[in-house]
Amino acid sequence: MGLFDGVAGFGVTFSTMFRKVVTEDYPRVKKVTAPRYHGRHQLNRHPDGLEKCVGCELCAWACPADAIYVEGGDNTDEERYSPGERYGAIYQINYLRCIGCGLCIEACPTRSLTMTNEYELADDDRQDLIYDKERLLAPLLPGMEQPPHPMRLGEDEQDYYVQGPEMARRRDVHDSTSDEIDISGAAR
Amino acid sequence: MTAASERAPERTTQDEDLPPVPEGHVRLTIDDRIVDAPQGELIIRTCERLGIVVPRFCDHPLLDPAGACRQCLVEVEMNGRPMPKPQASCTMTVADGMVVKTQMTSAVADKAQQGVMELLLINHPLDCPVCDKGGECPLQNQAMSSGRAESRFVEEKRTFAKPLPISDEVLLDRERCVLCQRCTRFSRQIAGDQFIELLERGAHQQIGTEETAFGEGEDFQSYYSGNTIQICPVGALTSASYRFRSRPFDLVSTPGVAEHDSSGASVRRDWRRGAVQRVLAGEDPEVNEEWIDDKTRFAFRYTQAADRITRPLVRGADGALHDASWTEALERAASLLIAARDGLGVSGGPSQTLDDSDATPLTPGEGEEDTEREPKRGVGVLPGGRLTVEDAYAYGKFARLALGTNDVDARARVSSDEELDFLAAHVVGTGPGHVWAPSVTYGALESARTVLCVALEPEEEAPIVLLRLRKAARAGTRVHHLGQWSTPAVVKTGGHLVRAVPGEEPVALDALPDELDAALAAPGAVILVGERAADVPGLYDAVGALANRTGAKVAWVPRRAGERGALDAGLVPGLLPGGGAVADAGARAALASAWGLAGTELPATPGRDLTGILRAAADGELAGLVVGGVELDDLPDPALARAALREADVVVSLEQRHSEVTELADVVLPVAPVIHKSGTFRNWEGRDRRFATTIDPSGGSAGHVGGRAAITLPDCRVLDTLAVEMDVDLFTQTPDVAAAEFTRVAAALTDARSAAHGHLAAARQTPAEERGGEPALRLASWRQLLDGGRLLVDEPELAGTARPPRIRVSPTTATRLGLVEGAMAGLEGPRGALHLPVELADLPDDVVWAPARVPQPDGGVVTLAALGLTHGGPVAVTGGQRDLTIEESPA
Ligand code: SF4
Ligand code: SF4
Ligand code: SF4
Ligand code: FES
Repeated sequence: MGLFDGVAGFGVTFSTMFRKVVTEDYPRVKKVTAPRYHGRHQLNRHPDGLEKCVGCELCAWACPADAIYVEGGDNTDEERYSPGERYGAIYQINYLRCIGCGLCIEACPTRSLTMTNEYELADDDRQDLIYDKERLLAPLLPGMEQPPHPMRLGEDEQDYYVQGPEMARRRDVHDSTSDEIDISGAAR
Repeated sequence: MTAASERAPERTTQDEDLPPVPEGHVRLTIDDRIVDAPQGELIIRTCERLGIVVPRFCDHPLLDPAGACRQCLVEVEMNGRPMPKPQASCTMTVADGMVVKTQMTSAVADKAQQGVMELLLINHPLDCPVCDKGGECPLQNQAMSSGRAESRFVEEKRTFAKPLPISDEVLLDRERCVLCQRCTRFSRQIAGDQFIELLERGAHQQIGTEETAFGEGEDFQSYYSGNTIQICPVGALTSASYRFRSRPFDLVSTPGVAEHDSSGASVRRDWRRGAVQRVLAGEDPEVNEEWIDDKTRFAFRYTQAADRITRPLVRGADGALHDASWTEALERAASLLIAARDGLGVSGGPSQTLDDSDATPLTPGEGEEDTEREPKRGVGVLPGGRLTVEDAYAYGKFARLALGTNDVDARARVSSDEELDFLAAHVVGTGPGHVWAPSVTYGALESARTVLCVALEPEEEAPIVLLRLRKAARAGTRVHHLGQWSTPAVVKTGGHLVRAVPGEEPVALDALPDELDAALAAPGAVILVGERAADVPGLYDAVGALANRTGAKVAWVPRRAGERGALDAGLVPGLLPGGGAVADAGARAALASAWGLAGTELPATPGRDLTGILRAAADGELAGLVVGGVELDDLPDPALARAALREADVVVSLEQRHSEVTELADVVLPVAPVIHKSGTFRNWEGRDRRFATTIDPSGGSAGHVGGRAAITLPDCRVLDTLAVEMDVDLFTQTPDVAAAEFTRVAAALTDARSAAHGHLAAARQTPAEERGGEPALRLASWRQLLDGGRLLVDEPELAGTARPPRIRVSPTTATRLGLVEGAMAGLEGPRGALHLPVELADLPDDVVWAPARVPQPDGGVVTLAALGLTHGGPVAVTGGQRDLTIEESPA
């Protein structure tokens, strides 16, 4: 054991003092994530405010952590939440289980489920970390109407799906997920 | 189904010396394997036995081959020459020297299958995400296994309006249909309800009903419609009650046994989060094959009903029921029952205070005058007809040991001494395959050449029996019905009706047409008798005499699931658990020693029957009643039952849900519905149908009722604990223990059982004939399958498929009475009237038919018994234009 060994041990310490600091000043300064960061989920809406989710449970099926619970419901002419026959009546994601893998997003056939960049998913109450439909649904944007309401953008659900991308590009009907639809349109 | 069990002997072509082909078999090659198959077997079945799965949609082992979907194409070579085109393996039978190549070895077959799949998908909406079949869809699966990866179809798809309700319970989506015709073939061949049909041609070919085709007409009305949903290979037929409820991977599937009738049908209960989501038919070739009726399939929400009882209740000093701990409730029930049993008098019975307040006009106005009478003493037991064998056994033991009485009767319906005598002679202790007492089985019905149904309307009272009878009839069995009119069941089984005036059935049986008499004398003939034979005095005797005269085998087909088990477990006044007669000292001694109580004397007085118990309680002889799942409206005299419950000092109710009985009970002990317990139903054949717990209430997924965990215990456990409070050990803590002990007891009483009939016959009291001349009009009546029973709550879709209640008369009688078809008429009995629309039928003249129980729009029911009307008795009919209502007559 040499004389300077004790000091040499601090070499790492000293050299680090002149490196760039990696510590985040969170929560005072919130870091902007990468654009495709897998954050909290969002249930999107059609441009008229109807929900895109059809309650198919494919997301629940795809989820490797069994974090999603869905129960379907039957749309009626009096009470309609989504175009077509079926909507997601109960929708819950348990963020104690979710591992943020995004497989549910891949599974969703209607592009209802997407992920936001929101990463503040901590709480002091387990119950509050089970997000239900109210907390997951995208906010109503101008031009949107709180469901239940009849289909405003066409006769049946086909009109919503076939004309969806086009409607999304139109200025007057602004969709919260317009970017996402553009991307999918471009990829084809 | 038949094929799966036996595996075909398989060899490769390399084998040199093959054994000779067995008798009745042919030898062929499938996918390079040599196989022997019975002559006439379909290629697709032989493939199944080899473990080769040929994709298919229309093929179903229990339906006639149709060759409708062409998905099962395989390459076939006969006599060394390949057939020009691939052949449908589900319609072609095997032949000697045939060479079959499935998609496994033949590119041609594979390509053909892919082509068919592509064609099927051309107009398929592919809306799997919103389709109830998604996840368990043969089309999804086979599109993956035998379909092209990419669709080449870019044109517009054919669309239809959807979903189309073709009955209250069944929804049709014509876009998804692959026109396999399973549904139409089921309806025509199995159920005999021809409402759903293939319509139109070409691209417009579709499944539909009269209503979908013409915009009006009859619904797809059938007691078996749910089976079409289950066998539809796509999501074209879906159930309104299961619509969008869940996905197959959410569900835990547990095998069970049908609880709504005595069929013992095997079912599969699919549940999620502590609640059953749907019930499907299970497979049991010996019992229900693969079919169940809609009541079994769709009536399961009663376990979640708002009126479920999940905590013990004790009536407090204020006259209301209050939640109590088990300890408190059991202690109270035990002390009340001991007091009632020993005639100690129950001081300050809170039920008295309640009773006076809600007397109804139906209460007999008696009771107050004779205050100087014997103290009330004894407890009667009315367990009801829905118990498992284990629970029934516990009731029987509880009555004998804890209450010291034979006053126990599970027959919550019309019954008689004659019935008991008949049952002891022909039914008690029999079972399929019993060496000394073999019973009639479903298989025996199928192989019988002649079947006679007496006092049994199989479609309404035993729907699975009807399916077997129909299957038999299609194969040549002559099924005769002793009845009043050509009911759907009569028509479906060949239309052989022996018309009898109601009440005169015994006479008709004594004077059967000679051919029928002779046919019944031929080996294998079967007589099926229903529980309502007790309606007609002398009918059971006449059936017994007919059986003795012809040698035909007799089977008794009760309606409720627990009737048969209750009979064997001694829940009838004259019989002990295990089947010995109460009056037989030897039987009592044998039972006492089997119970390890040698030296103790079991109660020797034969008990009272249901009416006797109720009358004794109403007259103030009996001090207490222990009541199980009994609905007062089902009883022969509901008014008497209400009076009895009010008059009894002590009423202990073991119930699943609040009822008229719990309203009058002093202590209510909650018991578990079938899904929360294990047990055995003994079906009409005497076959034990054991089932395990569907949803374990003590496990993580306890059933929830109104947000509270519903942990309830089986009757046998509750009675065992209650007995312990009364210082008696029943040893029925669990259904398993109870079942084991019951088997032991039944074996110990084998000898006594054969002597029981003699004892009962000797003790029989024939009710006095009180027939005052020929009534001008007689009533014929029985219950319909869906008539607003207790277990049908919260099932609006199912209720919508019920047969509408009608008054039926012959055209001549209608003319004489001035009744018009379709108009309302009133049935008048001594205690009120019931108004229903009139329909004409081929009844004997001067006979009126009406259903025995009619649900009312307000949720209540009207029973003919409550109006004082009985099958075979006099009735008056008035023409009128009023609604389906009951009127209280002033009398
Ligand atoms: S979010 Fe998408 S995948 Fe999940 S249930 Fe709704 S539609 Fe189906
Ligand atoms: S029937 Fe099958 S393939 Fe067709 S939509 Fe339904 S799940 Fe999908
Ligand atoms: S409705 Fe279903 S069972 Fe009937 S023909 Fe169509 S696919 Fe077959
Ligand atoms: S399964 Fe053979 S033609 Fe349909």
